[in-house]
Amino acid sequence: MHELSIAKSIVDSVLASVAERPSAAIASVHLRIGELTDIAADALEFGFSVLSRGTRLEHTTLRIESVPIVTRCNACRQTFTVEDYLFVCPACNSGDLHMLHGDELEIDHVILNEPDHPDTNHPRK
Amino acid sequence: MEERLNIQQKVLSENDRLAAEVRSRLHELRVLTLNLVSSPGSGKTSLLERTMRDIGNTVRIAVVAGDVQTENDARRITRAGGTVVRPIITNGKCHLDARMVLDVVANIDLHEADLLFIENVGNLVCPSSYDLGEDMKVVLISTTEGDDKPLKYPGMFRRSSAMVINKTDLLGLSDFDLQAVTRNALSINGRLHIMSLSCRTGDGLDNWYAWLRDRVDAKKRGEPVIDEHAG
Repeated sequence: MHELSIAKSIVDSVLASVAERPSAAIASVHLRIGELTDIAADALEFGFSVLSRGTRLEHTTLRIESVPIVTRCNACRQTFTVEDYLFVCPACNSGDLHMLHGDELEIDHVILNEPDHPDTNHPRK
Repeated sequence: MEERLNIQQKVLSENDRLAAEVRSRLHELRVLTLNLVSSPGSGKTSLLERTMRDIGNTVRIAVVAGDVQTENDARRITRAGGTVVRPIITNGKCHLDARMVLDVVANIDLHEADLLFIENVGNLVCPSSYDLGEDMKVVLISTTEGDDKPLKYPGMFRRSSAMVINKTDLLGLSDFDLQAVTRNALSINGRLHIMSLSCRTGDGLDNWYAWLRDRVDAKKRGEPVIDEHAG
């Protein structure tokens, strides 16, 4: 259940990133998570919902983009997507592969909702 | 008004930063550092006890032993002759992180060490996400487990550089198939270096010690300890 630790890092990082935009509401946080990371999306969403309570992220949606595993064969240089975790080059059968994608665990972006009149000093919901 | 704010930041960037600090300290000291991972009960502590007893007088071994509760593992390794053995109790956390390791590494004298084992918490999922500053992960599996474990936990086997199959003395008493586990592991990671042994009977340990000594020597000479293309 390391998703709770991961969720804590996400909440902390996003709050730090939006600190300079105090009037904006944070509609959604967009993550890119590689297929090889062993992160359970539902556990991460649960952790995020618990840890964001009482913060600016309380009503924020977590959006997770799953990134497929892509490797390049060191023998024949072919680039391909790994299916069913079979790390074998479909062209030359080599198992000597360099991973290009699939390890990602990144906060890509957030969507902010800035009030229409940011100059006026109205309270944040 | 809706607006996109790009962040493009690794979630574990802080852990990675601390891991880099651990790595740089240990690299300066030329201490080979192995992150030992497995399910609970595969024999991580037994392997460390046995290794300490058998080669501890010629290879100077330090151990950081992670455990969810108790210092039992660290005590066992100390009894086996370990002098620089430190426990990390995670208090329920399912993995070690780089901060825990850095806190320990910063407070022990590793000038006299050749080899540092970080014994991770028994778990094949969570520890795979956390770089601890090691030279490589060594994954341990035992013959009382399923031989399809590499397929069930691809992340860990993909990120490891070596696999040790323990409890070979029990082969034949379960359905564990040595060839099947080897085939499964290599389908996840074709560069995995595979060794099989029994801590109980000593079978295969010479091979493990020779492999360790080679890596320790390479580290001392400042040479790469794993193949460039691994990972």
